[in-house]
Amino acid sequence: MARIIAGVAASHIPAVGAAWDNGKADEPYWRPVFKGFERSKEWIARVKPDVCIVVYNDHMSAFSLEIVPTFAIGCAAEFPIADEGWGPRPVPDVVGHPELASHIAQAVIQDDFDLTIVNRMEVDHGLTVPLTLMFGKPKEWPCPIVPIAVNVVVYPVPTGNRCYMLGKAIRKAVESFDKDLRIVIFGTGGMSHQLQGPRAGLINRAFDTRFLDNLAPDPEALVRISHLEYLREAGSEAIELVMWLIMRGALDDRVKEIHRFYHVPASNTALGHIIFENMA
Amino acid sequence: MPLPKQYDDLPGTVVFDADRAREGYHLNMFCMSLMKPENRAAFKANERAYLDQWPMTEAQKQSILGRDWNGMLQLGGNIYFTAKLAATDGLSFQQIAAMMSGSTQEEYAQMMIRGGRPIEGNRSKAEWKKRG
Repeated sequence: MARIIAGVAASHIPAVGAAWDNGKADEPYWRPVFKGFERSKEWIARVKPDVCIVVYNDHMSAFSLEIVPTFAIGCAAEFPIADEGWGPRPVPDVVGHPELASHIAQAVIQDDFDLTIVNRMEVDHGLTVPLTLMFGKPKEWPCPIVPIAVNVVVYPVPTGNRCYMLGKAIRKAVESFDKDLRIVIFGTGGMSHQLQGPRAGLINRAFDTRFLDNLAPDPEALVRISHLEYLREAGSEAIELVMWLIMRGALDDRVKEIHRFYHVPASNTALGHIIFENMA
Repeated sequence: MPLPKQYDDLPGTVVFDADRAREGYHLNMFCMSLMKPENRAAFKANERAYLDQWPMTEAQKQSILGRDWNGMLQLGGNIYFTAKLAATDGLSFQQIAAMMSGSTQEEYAQMMIRGGRPIEGNRSKAEWKKRG
């Protein structure tokens, strides 16, 4: 039986990827950011997941305004790196796990969640920056990845509660897969940030701290945060935090916090990161 | 009857919903075309001619030609699309964020280092009005 053993949340700020790719990781501005992930890298090297499920959002790189799937699962064998206007990031292509992905699609759709099945998809910074933060600069990513893309760009986006319930459905699906796989699930994006308009640069440390504090013991409180509250209190792009709730939903009710890191600023954003292991 | 939009009260924020997506469809799809190097080159060679391939309004085209980053959002643009235009210009997210919020690069970067734009006083249009 496959099992989800741990969850990782991490912001996916594109400037972090650019800093890493351009050899700026040791500059005073960026050093604290990468230092915050040193323990995480050691942890994941120890845990050695067989597969990672990465919940992220496409920033209109693979999808466009033609079709906006609310939840999509990447079932391909490979996912090339998108050119977001600067040329593709110089990181390895992402290798999928088509068998597990199709199984999750089959099981989760039977469980009333309508995933869009995607057989050809480029992946952007939303997926690759967390991989860089957790795995550094390997020649190949150390394990196959099942990408799950969530629409958090075009409103209406899914509610936190819907995301949390999807996490639970993904967990059930994984546990009915007949191969012994140890899986880590990532929820990416956030925390407070606003990239657009005259209010750009908004950060709400108190909101973020509450979110981090409640994520393990009281996710049910977080799933009730409305779209309007995210927008008003934490900035227009903070809605990405609903993806952390998919990760949380896929874990045990009781989890152990392994590591936490919070840093302002990373470009326009409050960078948040937390690792949980299942406790049953 | 359309539902009232509660988020109209948010200050300095355009919520990109299905109505905005329809209004800005061609503007955003133009931005998306800049993900290909040959299209970036063609756009840079003759911006106006390149833009005329999209059935956008004249106001939308002018907002792009003038790099009116807030104007593009007001006319249906979305930041993740306009960021591809910024990348084509060699600008980062932080550089356009400074422009959109009316700061110099230096002021904006310093504000972020001090912890970002505070939430106090930035929750609603009413709060912005009070501040004047």
